[in-house]
Amino acid sequence: MTSATLTKKDFQSDQEVRWCPGCGDYAILAAMQKYFAEKGARPEKTVFVSGIGCSSRFPYYMNTYGFHTIHGRAPAFATGIKATNPELDVWIVTGDGDGLSIGGNHLAHILRRNVDVKILMFNNEIYGLTKGQYSPTSPIGTRKKSSPMGSVDRPFNPVAFAIGCSGTFVARTVDNDAKHMAKTFAAADAHKGTAFIEILQNCVIFNKDFYSDTVAKPVRADQTIDLVPGEKMIYGKDKDKGLRVNGWDIEPCSAEEAGTWNPSTDASAPALLVSNMDRNPGLPTPLGVLRSIDEPVYETSVLQQIDEAVAKKGEGELEDLVWSGETWKVD
Amino acid sequence: MTTTEKPGAELPLQQLDHVVIRFAGDSGDGMQITGNQFTHTSALVGNDLATLPDFPAEIRAPAGTRPGVSGFQLQFSSRDVHTPGDAPDVLVAMNPAALAVNIKDLKKGGIVVANTGNFKDSDLRKAQLEKNPLTDGSLEGFRVIEVDINSRVAEALSESPLSTKDKQRCKNFYTLGLMYWVYSRPLEPTMEWLATKFKNKPELVDANQKALQAGFNAGDIHELFQGHYEVPKATDLPTGTYRNIMGNQALAMGLVAGAKLANLQPVLGSYPITPASTILESLAAYKHYGVVTIQAEDEIAAICAAIGASYAGALGMTSTSGPGMALKGEAMGLAVSTELPLVIVDIQRAGPSTGMPTKVEQSDLLQSIFGRNGDTPMPVIAVSSPTDAFALAIEACRIAVQYMTPVILLSDNFVANGAEPWRLPSMDDLKPFPASFVSKPEGHQTYKRDARGSRPWVKPGTAGMEFRIGGLEKDTDGNISIDPDNHRSMTDQRHQKVQNVADSIPTPEVFGPQEGDLLILGWGSTGGIITQGVQTAQAQGHNVSRIHLTHVWPLPNGLDEIFGRFKAILIPEMNMGQMTRVMRSEMPHHNFISYPKVTGQPFLTTEIVDKIESLLSK
Ligand SMILES: Cc1ncc(C[n+]2csc(CCOP(=O)(O)OP(=O)(O)O)c2C)c(N)n1
Ligand code: SF4
Ligand SMILES: [Mg+2]
Repeated sequence: MTSATLTKKDFQSDQEVRWCPGCGDYAILAAMQKYFAEKGARPEKTVFVSGIGCSSRFPYYMNTYGFHTIHGRAPAFATGIKATNPELDVWIVTGDGDGLSIGGNHLAHILRRNVDVKILMFNNEIYGLTKGQYSPTSPIGTRKKSSPMGSVDRPFNPVAFAIGCSGTFVARTVDNDAKHMAKTFAAADAHKGTAFIEILQNCVIFNKDFYSDTVAKPVRADQTIDLVPGEKMIYGKDKDKGLRVNGWDIEPCSAEEAGTWNPSTDASAPALLVSNMDRNPGLPTPLGVLRSIDEPVYETSVLQQIDEAVAKKGEGELEDLVWSGETWKVD
Repeated sequence: MTTTEKPGAELPLQQLDHVVIRFAGDSGDGMQITGNQFTHTSALVGNDLATLPDFPAEIRAPAGTRPGVSGFQLQFSSRDVHTPGDAPDVLVAMNPAALAVNIKDLKKGGIVVANTGNFKDSDLRKAQLEKNPLTDGSLEGFRVIEVDINSRVAEALSESPLSTKDKQRCKNFYTLGLMYWVYSRPLEPTMEWLATKFKNKPELVDANQKALQAGFNAGDIHELFQGHYEVPKATDLPTGTYRNIMGNQALAMGLVAGAKLANLQPVLGSYPITPASTILESLAAYKHYGVVTIQAEDEIAAICAAIGASYAGALGMTSTSGPGMALKGEAMGLAVSTELPLVIVDIQRAGPSTGMPTKVEQSDLLQSIFGRNGDTPMPVIAVSSPTDAFALAIEACRIAVQYMTPVILLSDNFVANGAEPWRLPSMDDLKPFPASFVSKPEGHQTYKRDARGSRPWVKPGTAGMEFRIGGLEKDTDGNISIDPDNHRSMTDQRHQKVQNVADSIPTPEVFGPQEGDLLILGWGSTGGIITQGVQTAQAQGHNVSRIHLTHVWPLPNGLDEIFGRFKAILIPEMNMGQMTRVMRSEMPHHNFISYPKVTGQPFLTTEIVDKIESLLSK
């Protein structure tokens, strides 16, 4: 391995990719491999960690280090990896079931700890690998094999969940927009701490085009807004629609009256308001960067304490570990 | 230990070979501190000893009630001892509840020291006693020493600026002083301990030291006792430098030492649970040894973080008790499948479910050996005593690193909180087993096996070695495979690797006659009691032998041949016969007799001796 510039191909592993033809996962993989080549990533410094699900096969296809773990627990493995070697660039790949059902606890805790990892949640609003049961992000009324009369469970909104868990960086992108994915990966990568990205992902077999009313290409311009920190909240084919915060609400306005998006306010309230605004049919689905704040990084603090302890007590030796406390002699 | 001297005579000093003393009081009375101080001082005096703390189930049950009683028993001796003793010679009861709960265990003719200051009607009611046991004749046959510790402490501390309530909190040191007088112990170690403990609170140092001294003086002045005693230092202990150590403390030190000997950074993932929490707490204080502790959100995350650490090139460790073991099962399977080193510590407690968190049992044995989905073999080793925990924690690290496997290290409540003198190992006794990492792609395969059957370890960060692993079945190259022959072969390889561990451990020694009618087989914390029981039975002329297993899976080589030399093999264990089941399935042609005890309390030596007698008389 030389330090010469790597291409997208260098990040493709020798494993045959086994997702269904047309699955949104392919586009995400391609975008990631391209992004890694562009950012000049070192394969040996990179670890992809995943749980279980179609999405969680991702690490096998990246020519980096990879750990395909158990269902829902990838954040815990990643925490151990980062606490051991903070130099590694760790990316977690999870699904809506993996991350929000069985692994909800670990996702919540890695977000609050602010471990320096990037989390990609492939949200297809379905359990793909187990063949199409509704998931914790499926809307009420989803009719699948395990919900013949429609699901009655209220869904999570992944970005709102992440913000609620004190996430320091939260964004949303979509598998059908390579440019937007690349831009979002880069923003997450630049963040120090846990960066959570929800990627709306098309499961062509079990939940085809679930996003056809929102982020699908023909409607996207009018149905979504790309939130860019420091820029006006403007959207629409003709860039004529605006949004602004009014009291405890987000309201539509003209492009001229649009507010400036700030995902870094002390309180997470504006980010939460924006994350949930599409519950109101008149408002767009938010994409882009929803939250971005600076907080201490978990593993940095962990290792700092070790350094402090060593500075104070000296590096511990085996001998003084054992030969400590009050001793006496038997002759 | 009775003496014929009458009160008032010159107080004689009598020599005793060993004494078993139990301190019992309300959980707020500081009985654990009292017990630990008595232990500490006795250790410094040179006695051999063993302790058994008995914690109440509740942190703070209502004061004065039976569930709130906290106890601490220790045996100190001028000879090598292996157990905290069966029946106490002396019971110190700080209140009626403590008396009521513990009196049934006291030796016939034993001494009760009762704090009469706490025997008012209201105290009796809290202990659910209708009559006062001190006056109703129920203590007949015991020697009762009545001391109003409450008022004596108040008197002794009349000058102290502390509040009345705080003064009363010095009662345990008064009691300790009294017992120090009875057993001729020096006050200095506790005086010093108090001075450091309350460094920043001189008024507390002063009050507690005064109480200790007053208790000591009371023995002499008030002639409460007919004499006092001396237990000379043990002379049959191997020479060396000693310190006193508790099981979990030794285990935590062993984990640090094991990682050092492997030349790896120790990373512990853990979630608090009784009686394992003190391992997390101890390791958190070893940061200057490079120890990383992650207090995870649950036991699953704890083991997963530890596996992540091993994947990244550290030595991952996780500590828990039975309920946590149940949660870790799936992740253990991943560690077996990916063949990463990992030390899993299980401090067993009485189950099922939440069970009795502060009581002892050895009932996680089968769960440890077999309790995972799939054919998922894993070495299991079991600690027998507080000092053994140090050596076996190192042994667990050795097996984990040399065989690239998760290892379960079983201990239990009895060992974890028990204490004994520890002969400190010399650094030469600790043999390093440095881990090696592969960094050259030539000839490398992810699951290529060495002579032990172990696979190579590659540290992420190494250029040119990028690989992917996971819990899906894989072939030797690490590629996912569902080929039937490959699965059979990989399953065999995983089993063989664990089996190979047996070649790295000695065949256990038979103590006593090398053949005969009866062999007692112990594993884990029954070891000390079986030793004492068999020695007693042998001294009584019985032809009986014993053997102890440290490695409970895989079983050491040579057992079959040993068992063949005995007509019967008795297996006392604190569960419903789990080791007996293992033995019967592994070596069905021997005569194994199960001897289960599931009361949440360790075996008594007499129970072992009686069982030996009854079996040999058949
Ligand atoms: C402990 C455990 N329970 C259940 C499963 C079965 N299982 C595998 S993946 C999955 C759901 C995956 O859904 P999601 O995370 O949304 O991933 P997707 O396949 O949709 O990408 C389930 C239930 C498992 N592998 N392990
Ligand atoms: S089932 Fe759905 S998510 Fe899974 S590979 Fe097929 S299309 Fe993709
Ligand atoms: Mg899904």
